[in-house]
Amino acid sequence: MYNETVMDHFTNPRNVGEIPDADGVGSVGNPACGDIMEFHIKVKDNILEDVKFKTFGCGAAIAVSSMVSELAKGKTLAEAMLITNESVIEALEGLPKKKHHCSNLGADALHRAIEDYQEKQKGETFEKPVDSPEVCSCPVCDMNDPEEAPYCASACARSSK
Amino acid sequence: MKIINMDHVAASPILPEVADAMIPFLKEKYGNPSSMHSMGEEVTEAIDEAREKVAELINAKPQEIYFTSGGTESNNWALKGGLFANRAKGAHLITSSIEHFSIMHAIKALEKIGVEVTRLPVDKYGFIDPDDVRKAITPATALISVMSANNEIGTIEPIGEIGKIAKEFNIPFHTDAVATVGAIPVDVQNLNVDMMSLASNPFYGPHGVGALYVRKGARISPLLDGGIQEGGYRAGTENVIGIIGMGKAAEIAIREIQNRSNHVRPLRDRLMKEIPLTIEEVGLVGHPTERLPGNASLTVRYVEGESMLLFLDMEGVKIASGSACISRSLKVSHVMLAMGIDAGTAQGSLLFTLGIDNTNEDVDDVIRILPPIVQRLRDMSPLYKKTGRLKAVS
Repeated sequence: MYNETVMDHFTNPRNVGEIPDADGVGSVGNPACGDIMEFHIKVKDNILEDVKFKTFGCGAAIAVSSMVSELAKGKTLAEAMLITNESVIEALEGLPKKKHHCSNLGADALHRAIEDYQEKQKGETFEKPVDSPEVCSCPVCDMNDPEEAPYCASACARSSK
Repeated sequence: MKIINMDHVAASPILPEVADAMIPFLKEKYGNPSSMHSMGEEVTEAIDEAREKVAELINAKPQEIYFTSGGTESNNWALKGGLFANRAKGAHLITSSIEHFSIMHAIKALEKIGVEVTRLPVDKYGFIDPDDVRKAITPATALISVMSANNEIGTIEPIGEIGKIAKEFNIPFHTDAVATVGAIPVDVQNLNVDMMSLASNPFYGPHGVGALYVRKGARISPLLDGGIQEGGYRAGTENVIGIIGMGKAAEIAIREIQNRSNHVRPLRDRLMKEIPLTIEEVGLVGHPTERLPGNASLTVRYVEGESMLLFLDMEGVKIASGSACISRSLKVSHVMLAMGIDAGTAQGSLLFTLGIDNTNEDVDDVIRILPPIVQRLRDMSPLYKKTGRLKAVS
């Protein structure tokens, strides 16, 4: 299912860990989804000096987190905000279509860490958004939490009840 | 690298005797059973023999066995054909909340055309309470369908008791027995079932072939209309090779059924006992003893199933999981959710389904290989940190 690059990032993930005195922390996902990614960043002179991550998730989730951390480290905040799920998939040389949504989560978690840092700089702290089902878009039909689409009664939040 | 298949529910090896029995039908005996001449007749005879063996396996009569393309077709047929034939009775169906997709989705399709459905809950072991069945019955109930055992969790359901209730109220009763036939003794008379789905690969026959048992006198309409095969009930030129294989596999299963469960049960018990000894926070899914002899279903907290599965695969160990990422639908196992297991825990599902080719050495290998994999993934997991359980596992 996964190519060599993805498997490399899965078996040898870069930048796993936490930063105790992080300048920004961002996380996405929830256990029901099966993917949770948490990014810690250290910022100096507007550059991501250090990026660390922790991930609960499948092979793609771990590989994506690892690649995002590698793409982000050493970049300016502005450059890092431009990292998208597409750039991650490209860097990984492709992901199975049903795993594309994992790449969304990686980029989002990083961006949230950066936004957290920026809020802290401004002196405001906003409520960290709780991921609703809409965050988990359907990887098959590209819709956000649709009612009727074949694969979706949401991968993300709805249980059998 | 040694391959350790602990995913027999996906694929069991085809026995050499079974393959040998199939080969003549790949070569010179390629006749069509519907032909009147001898080329057809010799095949018809072979199919009849296969039918007898499958019937014997479940204590049915040969004419009550209809060959299909597998469990999914049998399930679809029992539901759609059963409800259609009994439509004068009503359009209410009772089923459980832990059925296989082929039952679940067929029922969803039937709901769209007006069938009313009661889905019975299960307890924390995955058991259906026969009393719940009784309470759900209405004058319009035309069919009850409850699976004999669910392969994701292993728990064996009280089918005989449910069957008694169905008989009392004169309601046709179907069970999806794909997981039990060939694994444990199954007797359609004792179970009081009117219809039963079975498949060949679980008892070491080929894929793509199964059967539906329909008790003489039970009403069912064909799912596949067309020619006169299978007594006019299941049209389509027979999958001769598959049927012959299934018959041979059934013949062997009749002989071997006790040996097989005696073989896998201790291996299963070892996995269920030893994995929690070497890895903390591992949960058992399903009932500890009233479960399929080869099924060990566990959950490992703080890590996700597919990532464990990939690492195990690299070491030659093949298993399955109920995690969302693994499933085609990207939804976590509805079966585990129905049992009250929370989604986060269910994501860490590990499903070991054992077979006659597994050994004690295989179990030794898994016990050795799994803990470092889990620790590695836990060290990467934000959930592990959050509960403060950072101590190293010895």
